[in-house]
Amino acid sequence: MSANTQAFTGGFSDPVFQSQSVFRMLMDGMARPGSIRSIEHDAGQPDPLGAAAGAIALTLCDHDTPAWLSAGFAKSAVGEWIGFHSGATITREKAEARFAFVEAGVTPSSFGLFSLGSQEYPDRSTTLVIEVAGLGEGQSFTLSGPGILQFKTVEIAGLPEAFLRLWADNRPLFPRGVDVILTAGRSFLCLPRTTKIVA
Amino acid sequence: MSADLATYNFAYLDEQTKRMIRRAILKAISIPGYQVPFASREMPMPYGWGTGGVQVTASIIGPEDVLKVIDQGADDTTNAVSIRAFFQKVANVAVTTHTKDATIIQTRHRIPEQKLGENQVLVYQVPIPEPLRFLEPRETETRKMHALEEYGLMHVKLYEDIAINGRISKTYAYPVKVDGRYVMDPSPTPKFDNPKMHMSDALQLFGAGREKRIYAVPPHTEVVSLDFEDYPFEIQTFEQDCALCGAHGVYLDEVVLDDKGGRMFVCSDTDHCEDRREHGHVGAMLAPNQEAAE
Repeated sequence: MSANTQAFTGGFSDPVFQSQSVFRMLMDGMARPGSIRSIEHDAGQPDPLGAAAGAIALTLCDHDTPAWLSAGFAKSAVGEWIGFHSGATITREKAEARFAFVEAGVTPSSFGLFSLGSQEYPDRSTTLVIEVAGLGEGQSFTLSGPGILQFKTVEIAGLPEAFLRLWADNRPLFPRGVDVILTAGRSFLCLPRTTKIVA
Repeated sequence: MSADLATYNFAYLDEQTKRMIRRAILKAISIPGYQVPFASREMPMPYGWGTGGVQVTASIIGPEDVLKVIDQGADDTTNAVSIRAFFQKVANVAVTTHTKDATIIQTRHRIPEQKLGENQVLVYQVPIPEPLRFLEPRETETRKMHALEEYGLMHVKLYEDIAINGRISKTYAYPVKVDGRYVMDPSPTPKFDNPKMHMSDALQLFGAGREKRIYAVPPHTEVVSLDFEDYPFEIQTFEQDCALCGAHGVYLDEVVLDDKGGRMFVCSDTDHCEDRREHGHVGAMLAPNQEAAE
């Protein structure tokens, strides 16, 4: 299939209930950072976008939310697919993006170029959806913060090496800062800006 | 003509509105206690009837959910009955009055007596989300105060209460600090309920429709009522037990019975009261010996 045809295929078969189901997992996931959830409904996203990332895009994006794509996604049908199904515009300006989709193995050089919100309106910040090799396997990390009773241990495979340093720079900006959703195939976990991560 | 033509979308709101509210909810959870502006819609009920809470509930509810709605703790008062009927009609969801069976509890001004669990979400209806609003009417200024974490004015207000009345006289909508950062209005719940917000197992969402704000307290999050070392925060205590179920240490409503000073105190949480009575607890006014005397 050509990139162009891929853009028009897929989408939720039952948008009202499937996006509700994905959102509910996102809400519970954001409220309980580090808990791994798995989406049931396939959004028929084009490669190399993962199933969870595709479902999240169709659940949250629309014409109000410019999206930024990492280089690998940008040269695939992903941008057109998100645009066709959600109405979101694809932006090359990180600071304009409400959502950013990052393919596996790519490390953003900094979170600071994305929108961090302002001190008055910290909600106007980018949410990054970052694909990793696996969740529930690989290196152990200890999470703490709101939504977590004392500590939570979570295994993440293929987390970019620089991630912990970027995250450590993000945390002190509170209430400003980006929020992250890590995806791996059908699974995802949420890392709101309040979460502390220790390797 | 198809019967489907004139029906509303599931849960009344259109999908674009739900997405906008859902994004606001996610940001609200990631910044505990911060008020996220959202494009509140007109609902088929007047402002002040819980349009904020209804929009939040409509955006999160799914066909598997079991909804409970309370108004001042009661399942059977006007606001609770009409909102419950609204969601039965537009979302066709299961409803309950039993706290333990509900997955979403929309509340006006009470937190249920029974401890909420991990799988439950509490949705508050909020009239004035800004705790500093009565001290500083300008939104530009209160926003700056939150931005700079400048809450001195609130402490002055509480201090003046003590100077004038000898105690902090605020009994409801008692300000709290969430996760050590944002001062938040817990909506006009009695201060009796404030300790239940602290380290709750359940996610708490707040919706203010007229004021167009959504905020949240994630589970297991510190919620501390503001106070002073020498005037610590205290909750209301009641000398009486519930007249119907004999419960002690719960929030009671005073009910005037006649014009000769007769009155009774009953649980404000009707489900809690009914549940206790079903389990054989009997209060003073339901005691068998008294029935026999009548």
